[in-house]
Amino acid sequence: MAANPLHTPPPPQDTTIFKAPVDRPSRRVRMNRARRYVWNHAVTALSVLSTIVVIAPLVAILAYLIYKGASSLNLGFFTHIPAPVGEPGGGMANAIVGSGIVLALASLMGIPIGIAAGVYLAEFGRGKLLASAVRFTADVLNGVPSIVMGIAAWVVLVKGRGFSALAGGVALAIMMIPTITRTTEEMLATVPHAIREAAYGLGVPKWRTVLSVTLKTASPGIITGCMLAFARVAGETAPLIFTAFGNQFWSFNLTEPIAALPLQIYVYAISPYDEWHRLAWAGSLVLIVMIMAAVTLVRIYANRGVLKGAS
Amino acid sequence: MLVCALSIFAIVLFILATLINQSKLSIHQFGFKFFTSSEWDPVSAEFGAFPFIFGTLATSLLALVMAVPLALGVAVFLTELCPLKLRVPISFVTELLAAIPSVVYGLWAVFVLVPIMRQPLGPFLIKYLGWTGLFGGYNFGVGLLTASIILAIMILPIISSITRDIMLAVPISQREGVLALGATRWEMIRMGVLRNARIGIVGAIILGLGRALGETMAVTMVIGNHAEVPKSLFAPGYTLASVIANEFAEATGDMYLSSLIEIGLALFLVTIVVNAIARGLVWAVTRGGPARAH
Amino acid sequence: MGVGIDVENLNAWYGSTHTLQDISLNIPANHATALIGPSGCGKSTFVRCLNRMHETNPIARATGVVKMGDVDIYEDANPVEIRRRVGMVFQRPNPFPTMSIYDNVASGLKLNGFRNRAILDETVERSLRAAALWDEVKDELKKKSGASLSGGQQQRMCIARALAVDPEVLLMDEPASALDPVSTSKIEDLIFELKRQYTIVIVTHNMQQAARVAENTGFFLNGKMVEFDSTHKIFTNPKDKRTEDYITGRFG
Repeated sequence: MAANPLHTPPPPQDTTIFKAPVDRPSRRVRMNRARRYVWNHAVTALSVLSTIVVIAPLVAILAYLIYKGASSLNLGFFTHIPAPVGEPGGGMANAIVGSGIVLALASLMGIPIGIAAGVYLAEFGRGKLLASAVRFTADVLNGVPSIVMGIAAWVVLVKGRGFSALAGGVALAIMMIPTITRTTEEMLATVPHAIREAAYGLGVPKWRTVLSVTLKTASPGIITGCMLAFARVAGETAPLIFTAFGNQFWSFNLTEPIAALPLQIYVYAISPYDEWHRLAWAGSLVLIVMIMAAVTLVRIYANRGVLKGAS
Repeated sequence: MLVCALSIFAIVLFILATLINQSKLSIHQFGFKFFTSSEWDPVSAEFGAFPFIFGTLATSLLALVMAVPLALGVAVFLTELCPLKLRVPISFVTELLAAIPSVVYGLWAVFVLVPIMRQPLGPFLIKYLGWTGLFGGYNFGVGLLTASIILAIMILPIISSITRDIMLAVPISQREGVLALGATRWEMIRMGVLRNARIGIVGAIILGLGRALGETMAVTMVIGNHAEVPKSLFAPGYTLASVIANEFAEATGDMYLSSLIEIGLALFLVTIVVNAIARGLVWAVTRGGPARAH
Repeated sequence: MGVGIDVENLNAWYGSTHTLQDISLNIPANHATALIGPSGCGKSTFVRCLNRMHETNPIARATGVVKMGDVDIYEDANPVEIRRRVGMVFQRPNPFPTMSIYDNVASGLKLNGFRNRAILDETVERSLRAAALWDEVKDELKKKSGASLSGGQQQRMCIARALAVDPEVLLMDEPASALDPVSTSKIEDLIFELKRQYTIVIVTHNMQQAARVAENTGFFLNGKMVEFDSTHKIFTNPKDKRTEDYITGRFG
């Protein structure tokens, strides 16, 4: 060992040379190694298997839907209301339009409140305990079964008055608000602070900055978040069962019961009539296509970095 | 704007107040017996919710038992083992699973799962597992087991995706530390990732439980809707959410309505508590990460 | 005892970036070899090729021959074996937070299937002694979590953890750069003792450290190894002008 003149060795310490037992070529160690590799491969196989088992139902459901539903999709489906029981033909036009009306109501109520709440959290409540509490509560609220929202809307708008599209809209709006609040807040948080500061530096007051600058910058992401919430409530049935209630005919009166696509699918699915089952499949196909389109669009935006994580 | 932010709290409080208010009648009438009695008789206005509690718990726990191993397997596959190019498509597919509405799952379950349960799955289970005593009675196809299966399929995506988030939050330095000791890949995953993530994974599982407890439509369509405690996995049952979905719109009589709303109140409180615990655990590990729409 | 490492024409890539270009050198057994150079010159990548950690990155690739004694570590052995025989200590200490000090140090042994309490106890103690940490933690081995120690102690525990599986080579990637001067000097003293039993390769951007602990030093620049010689020679009479510029502080 060449002596290194730049280093003065420390006084010898009590570090005795030892041999740890690992490399003794014992049979037990060799068998143990083999066992470890077997486990490694087994786990890999199991996790691949799990993935296949998980993906299989999705493929099965989609394939079956297309198979059963596509044949019933014709122009009549989209333009006719349900035919009387036993008669062929008929469609779900009123349910599709009804869903549109209820969802429009829900969006009109839920989106502004949700965005406003998100703006407050991101711009005026940063770091405060309130913001964390709201965020946490919103997450927890997302886990409450939707039927409970239906009950709440029923008590306020239906009890004593009767089923209505408005009640359905309110129930769905309650579901949209927490989701939109969270995604809006998150999107606004991704706007670089430098942009806000540039506006302040020009003498623009805070409220104006938020409105014209920050919101505008984050708007693609915010819109995507709203689309996500929309897609989520578009498929909800439970809160509508005793609010919107459903309707076999056209209805444009917001204070009357109204048909909705998922609701109609449910009613048809549990009925004993083959004709109605056929319509249920077709309706499901339409519903799924709509929702999947929305989810896919969201994913495309997400991959462009606009919306991270909310899915 | 502050008002809008506070609306989240307002919503929670409003729902709570409304539910309590509207169920005062039955709370007063039945007290705690409401949750232990099995007699659900609208005609004589006697209401006991025990069969629904049992059904909800049984289907949820059974669904968890089936879903958790699969969800963990998928999460491990996607985070550690999957080739980079496949990662995005496969995770996208699992997210699509989460987007399918409950009623569509129910429709599929009624027309595909139920017949499968009648033939060949049911007889298969009786043949090999009949000795456990869980598979007695006539197999209609609808019942506890079918409902649990479709529930398992539905809660899989949320458990899996949150577990993935948590696993991704474990720093690379931990993985490398284990590998550098001479560990196989599975040992690295076990000691370097799962071990560090275990608290969060428990949170993900509890979140799945929360989702299962409240799931309404698909379960309603295949559980058989029979207000009795089922004696076998093939027997029909009832859940808290299902009874509301089925009977609320036609319920007449204040006591009937009040009882149903009391069930809603129970459901509300239980899911809030379960979700709060779960979110707390997940938050602790990921520090309040990105929003999840489910 | 330690073993020498022979590197021939090692090339490494991260994706399309050619991080290491035609590196050839010989690391003598039971000596400490220091690798110096400016940030991003490839010294960490080089060291990670020696225990096959480089390939754990999905876009990473390496070609060339690395021999440990007679064994070509890429052709003749599998990575799990090699990583046990070539230990690594990282720039930032990475104790396992869910485990006690005892479990941390014993983790490598447990992976290899050792359950015998007596063997584990003995090896943990000897590893901690070798890492000069035993006296400080001997009373709290199982009670304290690995992450609750100070930075310097954590790093010494990581060294003990690496030693517990009886490696032949110890790779240290800037082991003291995240530590205070007192801990740094403790670790340097440690290296001096460890040399007797192991072959040490230490990456450092601190030239005084290289001069203090290593017999041989290699200077890396932009993925190439510019000069490799005894430490004395490198610091007093380097052959290459680039080495001289770096040593005298003209860049880096």
